[in-house]
Amino acid sequence: MFETLTGRLNQVFNGLLRRGKLSAADVDAAMREVRLALLEADVHFSVVKDFVARVRERAIGAEVSKALNPGQQVIKIVHEELIGVLGDPAPLNLSGPKPRVILLVGLQGSGKTTAAGKLARLLRSKGERVLLVAGDPYRPAAVQQLQTLGAQLDVPVVADASLKPPDLTARAYSQAEKGGYTVMIVDTAGRSQLDQELMDELRAITRKVKPVDTLLVVDAMIGQEALRVAEGFRDAVQISGLILSKMDGDARGGAAISIRAVTGVPIKFLGTGEKLDALETYDPSRLASRILGMGDVIGLIEKAEAAFDAQTAQKQTERLLKGEFSLEDWLEQMRQMRKMGPLSQMLEMLPGQFGQAARSADPREMEQNLKRVEAIICSMTLQERRNPDILNASRRRRIARGSGTDVQDVNRLIKQFREAQRLFKTLKKTGGRGLSRLFG
Amino acid sequence: MAEFLNRWRTGLAKTSKAAFGRLADVFGATEITAETWDDLETLLVQADLGVETTTDVIRSLQRLTRSLGLIRTAELRSHLRQELRARLDAPVLPVWDVSPAIILLVGVNGSGKTTTVAKLAHRFRGEGKRVLLGAADTFRAAAVDQLQVWADRLQVPLVAGQQDADPGAVAYNAVQAGLARGVDIVLIDTAGRLHTRYNLMEELKKVYRVVGKALPGAPHAVWLVLDATTGQNALQQARQFKEAVGVTGVILAKLDSSARGGMVFAIQRELGLPILFAGLGEQPEDLAPFDPEAFVDGILADFEA
Repeated sequence: MFETLTGRLNQVFNGLLRRGKLSAADVDAAMREVRLALLEADVHFSVVKDFVARVRERAIGAEVSKALNPGQQVIKIVHEELIGVLGDPAPLNLSGPKPRVILLVGLQGSGKTTAAGKLARLLRSKGERVLLVAGDPYRPAAVQQLQTLGAQLDVPVVADASLKPPDLTARAYSQAEKGGYTVMIVDTAGRSQLDQELMDELRAITRKVKPVDTLLVVDAMIGQEALRVAEGFRDAVQISGLILSKMDGDARGGAAISIRAVTGVPIKFLGTGEKLDALETYDPSRLASRILGMGDVIGLIEKAEAAFDAQTAQKQTERLLKGEFSLEDWLEQMRQMRKMGPLSQMLEMLPGQFGQAARSADPREMEQNLKRVEAIICSMTLQERRNPDILNASRRRRIARGSGTDVQDVNRLIKQFREAQRLFKTLKKTGGRGLSRLFG
Repeated sequence: MAEFLNRWRTGLAKTSKAAFGRLADVFGATEITAETWDDLETLLVQADLGVETTTDVIRSLQRLTRSLGLIRTAELRSHLRQELRARLDAPVLPVWDVSPAIILLVGVNGSGKTTTVAKLAHRFRGEGKRVLLGAADTFRAAAVDQLQVWADRLQVPLVAGQQDADPGAVAYNAVQAGLARGVDIVLIDTAGRLHTRYNLMEELKKVYRVVGKALPGAPHAVWLVLDATTGQNALQQARQFKEAVGVTGVILAKLDSSARGGMVFAIQRELGLPILFAGLGEQPEDLAPFDPEAFVDGILADFEA
């Protein structure tokens, strides 16, 4: 997400790290770069100004002279200030009498309807009884879009094109009360914060149903306008939180920093994909770390946990410990790894220099390699997979033919497998320090 | 044309009022100081022109100021206007001598592709052309329904596939249908996709190839729909889509919002892509050929008073 900003700051601080002592001129040089990087990341101009001023003041002050490594000290200050600006994470507000109303608002195309589906899925998985309300009668087929998502999730959707959104919401509320629903998610039409008529409509909705959470959905790719958009919505309906959508792109997402800094509204979720499970909670430290090139290791681990089938893993570990790790297990592991998402996305999460090296590798080529390995193993008989020792030249030729590869590819794979086996043995001894090598 | 310009100006009036009120201060009758340049930088960056373009514009103006001996900020105004205007080409709207001409609409999620397809259909129909729509967004829930509603309203035929059908197949069918019915233009709507999603970009390349198989020489145009509120990532989007499917032009959607669309300067400069149309509202008629004069005028409207 914040790759380029990361690269920028790394460049700046690599320069600083090479020097022993930090002068005001050093700090100023670094701050110029920080400023540029933040502006290029779409952080709002005024926010950048304040931010840089704060960091500069702290960096030139007494703290730096106390520091062992001035460059590290500056990184630390920037990191801390970023965390400060990004603010504490806030969960959904699910307090008060049921049904609790969550209202989603935002510009056209920001991702409200998809966010509504994602929230419905999340809340239902937490045992809430969810009702969706299709409050966008304007855009053609917006109602059908929510209905389709509702059907996928098996969550009922209230819609009535003949009612104005405030009236529809009010009616849905009484339906939710009677039906014993615990949460009602209201999707609304996309609108510009300058559109008085539609902003009045939002006010009318909030008067009728009193949302416990009014979430502004903002596209991570939004530019300097983010600030004014957030202010406009906040002034109209007192938004209480932010969902930053499309964070799986390569937009630097500086809007997050801007909106936080100026409105004080907490970031509640990040949208990280088109599928309904692609909604992540927000962690300021992780985001700040990522901005600073310290990698998103926590995110990577979480993804691994989510994708990993615990039972299979247990079986594999047992076999591993017994020294029975086979090509079959290897295949299974690779498939599980790919379940974690596109390789490129995972590589971005890796920390520091390793992450940079990984980013420079071509993810498509790596993906191709994985596919080739899968094809080769799939072309082996079960016996061969369990006992690669029996793979003689003729078997290898057959496998190459079957998988559309060369014998050299097969040979390479078997060599790699032996290396992996060795790695697992080391892993057993060192207790996990070799694990990161698996991701290379 | 006058009507278009009016609509453009009303659309942009909101924009400039919201954003450029301060320019009046910058261009008051004071002397040019370091602060003037700082203020100008602030204003251009806030219009999403990006640091590089902004610096470039300011350097250029500073050179002019020196060589012409300008002293008052008021004198800067017309030069700034010229400077910005010179960086945008007037679009040459393509005319095709083939029939049907196939136009592929691409872009990231939520940029406004489907609405733009409807607006284009409306526009081409107004020019007396026969139009057919292809709904190749088979991924997003109800995307086909959305285009179907437009097709019904505008009374143009639509070729669609089932949800989750192969978008390439839908595009192929749309081209075939266009040939069979002898229409002039086939507009193909594709699913929104982030340019970083390798698989989805590969899928788009396939749609592009399939269209070329259905009709050699097609698609005759590939238009990228960009959300005007997008910040600096817009350049990256344009670059990736251009690389993948040879984008030939850009449509700037949602320019009627408070957004200023300043990243088109970088897109024009770095990628040489013309900005063809601007979306200025939610109605089918709210699409105007991109008018660089009006665009820059709209931006600077406040201090021309």
